[in-house]
Amino acid sequence: MAIEILMPALSPTMEEGTLAKWLVKEGDTVSSGDIMAEIETDKATMEFEAVDEGIIGKIVIAEGSEGVKVNEVIAILVEEGEDVPEVGASAAPAAAAADSAPAEAKAPAEAAAPAAPAPDQSPDWPEGTEMKKTTVREALRDAMAEEMRSDGDVFLMGEEVAEYQGAYKISQGLLDEFGAKRVIDTPITEHGFAGIATGASFGGLRPIVEFMTFNFAMQAIDHLINSAAKTLYMSGGQMGAPMVFRGANGAAARVGAQHSQCYAAWYMQVPGLKVAMPYSAADAKGLLKTAIRDNNPVIFLENEIMYGKSFDVPVMDDFTIPFGKAKIERAGDDVTIVSFGIGMTYALEAAEKLAAEGINAEVINLRTLRPMDTETILASVRKTNRCVTVEEGWPQGSVGGYISGVIMQEAFDYLDAPVITCTGKDVPMPYAANLEKHALLTTDEVVDACKSVTYR
Amino acid sequence: MPPKKAAAKSNVSAEELLGHYREMLLIRRFEEKAGQLYGMGLIGGFCHLYIGQEAVVVGLEAAAKEGDKRVTSYRDHGHMLACGMDPKGIMAELTGREGGFSKGKGGSMHMFSKEKHFYGGHGIVAAQVPLGAGLAFSDKYKGNDNVTFTYFGDGAANQGQVYETYNMAELWELPVVFVIENNQYAMGTSVQRSTKSPSLWERGAAYGIEGEEVDGMDVIKVKEAGERAVAHCRAGKGPYILEVKTYRYRGHSMSDPAKYRTREEVQKMRDERDPIEQVREALLKGKHASEDDLKAIDKEIKAVVNEAAEYSKESPEPALEELWTDIYADELPQETA
Repeated sequence: MAIEILMPALSPTMEEGTLAKWLVKEGDTVSSGDIMAEIETDKATMEFEAVDEGIIGKIVIAEGSEGVKVNEVIAILVEEGEDVPEVGASAAPAAAAADSAPAEAKAPAEAAAPAAPAPDQSPDWPEGTEMKKTTVREALRDAMAEEMRSDGDVFLMGEEVAEYQGAYKISQGLLDEFGAKRVIDTPITEHGFAGIATGASFGGLRPIVEFMTFNFAMQAIDHLINSAAKTLYMSGGQMGAPMVFRGANGAAARVGAQHSQCYAAWYMQVPGLKVAMPYSAADAKGLLKTAIRDNNPVIFLENEIMYGKSFDVPVMDDFTIPFGKAKIERAGDDVTIVSFGIGMTYALEAAEKLAAEGINAEVINLRTLRPMDTETILASVRKTNRCVTVEEGWPQGSVGGYISGVIMQEAFDYLDAPVITCTGKDVPMPYAANLEKHALLTTDEVVDACKSVTYR
Repeated sequence: MPPKKAAAKSNVSAEELLGHYREMLLIRRFEEKAGQLYGMGLIGGFCHLYIGQEAVVVGLEAAAKEGDKRVTSYRDHGHMLACGMDPKGIMAELTGREGGFSKGKGGSMHMFSKEKHFYGGHGIVAAQVPLGAGLAFSDKYKGNDNVTFTYFGDGAANQGQVYETYNMAELWELPVVFVIENNQYAMGTSVQRSTKSPSLWERGAAYGIEGEEVDGMDVIKVKEAGERAVAHCRAGKGPYILEVKTYRYRGHSMSDPAKYRTREEVQKMRDERDPIEQVREALLKGKHASEDDLKAIDKEIKAVVNEAAEYSKESPEPALEELWTDIYADELPQETA
């Protein structure tokens, strides 16, 4: 049967090209892999190979022809003794399905849900639960130990996590309890061990990767995003990365520009990742246990300055905090302050100062940035009509900027003042003590912002 | 380093040779068809063909057992066919259709099969190297004797993460076979223009990893080297490196005019070293098969490939709802056994 040879597309963007030269003539026998012609695309001159065997029955497009459309018949291949049919007589080539105009893809219905459901503000633990003063450091360790006891596939990997007992002592005692098989010291090689841990998660394990700080995770970020976050989607749901990447994030004290960056806004942007950023020890424990059990890659952003701070943690057999549920740390009617992680210290201090001046701020602790509990933010803003966001990260492309956008789109008519985003300054972190203090956020800036949106 | 085994006359059965012939031919014909569908605009984006390198995956798959894992780069069609993934599902993924292995959401470079232990299809050069070591880590952790074949090219061999992985793989004695598919060109840059190291596998010595160079145009030699590598890993001796010298006939991707090498160089390789022709000649010379037997196989393979091509055109485009699925897993997708 005769085969129509079509003008090929030779690049992702080619629509037409020049048939520069025929290297075969009518009557020639060709077999698969033979070069038949040279075709000029917008980028280069390409050789065009035969796929099928046969005899060149007819050359339809002469060499030197310009503007030959992709899929136009350029020659006809026949078998021995066969007549050359009319062009177009054989079955029409399959048209590229991609040509059909794609109907507009709509987001799932919940994204545009008009009637806002009442946000879940149920308490994190039952009333009357016994509480124990615990540091954030201990809470993180306890969360890992509990999950490692209950699931043998959970293991911890990172620099100095085992014999040194953790660069920040988060993994203290874990090597003794779980042994070197499950608490694994790595060489200083973030890119490599982040990839190995991701591969181990594909293989059915549930790794916890500790980055000494998230600054070093920039060496590994390709695996966090391209390997861990995207594989579930790229595999059509066949395999994903149930794992946690955790470690200190953001500014510490006097460690300079390369050790003092907040990555909350970066990771929050990536579909396929979940991002948690605890404030209190209870947050740290409840969220980390949830993160370890989650079947997706979770970025868990801790803060060195918070590690030593003590908070009440409920004494419960299995205390977890669900993702996507913000906590109203302080109720108020005059202005909504939204923060997360160490930003909460400024937010709560500011609320205290404002209360002394008769301004009642409602303070929301987001706890997870992806998923983000925007319902709780919106419900609060509909009540207070004002919002200030607080974070230590940089201003451009900030978490607060995103929240501000959501409020404008979902609750514009409720706003009595523009949202103010309090952030770290738009500078690399300086070393000098006075400059560093100024580069970070101050409580007074939050107080001033709240006064500004309440016109006081 | 162990001494390189001499190319002793192998005791290969006719049945085995015919199997290799069939599998290599399937890859060759599948890739030619993919090239054709690309030319028709049915396949979009990047499409990296495996033509010329068929003996590598066919030889190594012959050394694998059930439970072994494999992971590779974006030049992945051959690996998927060789480990038994359905040609229809692969071709339909190339055309971005519902019937593709990733429901049309992955494309040529991103395909996976949980069932066949094929872990991708990765588009970032060398990213699959630590991922493969991690898969091997999971098997060692679980205490089974599975091995992971981690394929990468001569281009990837210059990435830093390869050496980070070598270091940890040997330190932790992970059962991983690092397969360097040295096809001599990283896109348009020849090995000679990218490194002064005379051989890539010998770099493993710096980390204490054993390995060898293999003639990648000879499927039997590849298989035998694969068996040595796998035996090393299964014995708990840690990783092993195979630098498989191979050659790709086509450009780096479909839009590569391949001006960095001569037409004669390619033709010489095709004429003198073609992996399929070598087996074909062995079959005919050894009177294991007649011309007619081989023609029958050719016909059979052509039918399989045509069926895959038809399926890839008829399978519908994914439903628009698929845009929003598989971003997050509620259930654990992979086996935990």
